[in-house]
Amino acid sequence: MAHYELTMPLTEAAVRRLRINDTVTLQQRLFGIRDATLIALFDRGRTTRLDLQGHAVIHTAPNVKKVEPSSACPTGYAPVCIGTTTSMRMERFTEPLLRDLGVRIVVGKGGMGASSLAAFRDLGGVYLAIIGGTAALETTWIEAIEDVDLDDLNPESLWQFRIRDFGPLLVAMDSHGASLYDAVDHAARDRRAAALAALNVKT
Amino acid sequence: MTLRIDPGRVEEAAKELYIRALKRLPPDIKQGFDTLVARETDRTAQSVLGVMVKNIAVAEATDNLLCQDTGIPIYNVTIGRDVVVDGVALKAAIRRGCERATREHPLRSSVVHPLTRRNEHTSCGEGIPAIHVDFDDALDGLRIEMIPKGSGSENNSWLRMAIPAEGVDAIKRFVIDCVLDAGGKTCPPTIVGVGVGGTSDLCVHLAKRAATRPLGTHCADAEGAALESELSKAVNLLGVGPQGLGGDATAFAVHVELAATHITMNPVAVNMQCHSARRASAVFTETGIAYGY
Repeated sequence: MAHYELTMPLTEAAVRRLRINDTVTLQQRLFGIRDATLIALFDRGRTTRLDLQGHAVIHTAPNVKKVEPSSACPTGYAPVCIGTTTSMRMERFTEPLLRDLGVRIVVGKGGMGASSLAAFRDLGGVYLAIIGGTAALETTWIEAIEDVDLDDLNPESLWQFRIRDFGPLLVAMDSHGASLYDAVDHAARDRRAAALAALNVKT
Repeated sequence: MTLRIDPGRVEEAAKELYIRALKRLPPDIKQGFDTLVARETDRTAQSVLGVMVKNIAVAEATDNLLCQDTGIPIYNVTIGRDVVVDGVALKAAIRRGCERATREHPLRSSVVHPLTRRNEHTSCGEGIPAIHVDFDDALDGLRIEMIPKGSGSENNSWLRMAIPAEGVDAIKRFVIDCVLDAGGKTCPPTIVGVGVGGTSDLCVHLAKRAATRPLGTHCADAEGAALESELSKAVNLLGVGPQGLGGDATAFAVHVELAATHITMNPVAVNMQCHSARRASAVFTETGIAYGY
């Protein structure tokens, strides 16, 4: 298990070095996306002026406050509470995120499935696990909201965050077909019989 | 003596409750974490629980929300004896308080029209906030409990209309399978709420009541209490662990709530409360309004 400090944009080689159970701390830039953002980009043919090539995205719809635009808050939004949502709802969008927009890292909560795992393997990407429900802590890792696009979808806009010491996060799915979620799920299902036996359930 | 409820004060309380619930975790949940941390044997799980516990402290220190999901707002109103309240005004006041919390704090509105997906940015919409009103003989005054129900857990809800021939085994099997299917998606460790009996909709409602009941409380029915105790132990044999990354701490507890059902029915529902088990309450009495959990 190794720890990595990563600044985006990243090359495919850099991402393929990561293995499950490694930890990663992200620096400098992170893009926020969610269900509606992805539906707009990939189902409705909308485009963005923001460049996601080699970058990391996080599944989020942040709590923000409208303020006077300033150098600290160039978009006129100040972060209030930024956390991470359940990634599995956006499973079918991982492949186009990597293939069409060049994304290398997906940060999310609760894991993703076979299609994402295959996309990570074929195109070179990883999934980093956020501890869900720890938004107060996560908000302290975000220095500013630098830019925002597709803002008619607020709060599911496409957000550009400036980050510092974002993590450490666990590599839960890597570009070599390994997934911690699959491993845990298999082991848990193997224990189903023992749990039912403890409940005196006839099988 | 009759207690008259002022809708203006209900509106203030409804606003205050939403914000409190989002920022401060109830003491029974903090204690639940202490118990899980002490028992956890897996290293990754210990680290994950550690981050969750740290977050609680950071939320208090920075006066921020524990979790970014402001949830779907639920207000449970319990009216005691000798309380006079205009019910229509009460519901309208709660709705206004919920909207004001959203606009004034401000909070992210997580509520949209189910078909157009339009967000009015008020946390309100058709039928939401969910407002349940009930009556309690033993209550002195009027109590409002506010639960911002997170959707990570809420999206993993189940109902099964089993048949009597399948017995209680069907209930036990269903609970185990729901926990396996949820995996990390419900942000374990969870409180697994199980509804047993009733009509289909009552059964699901009971599961929600069970999931949002304080830790350390028990089903009022002796059979239900025995079942929840058994299930609490069994669920933590599965090793799903915090965030579905493995470990002992899959659930704080399993809670059961039950109601009588039809002779040919055996319904069971499962609803989970995530580890951000948020809850705040206000009790209106002669002496004023007391806030708590």
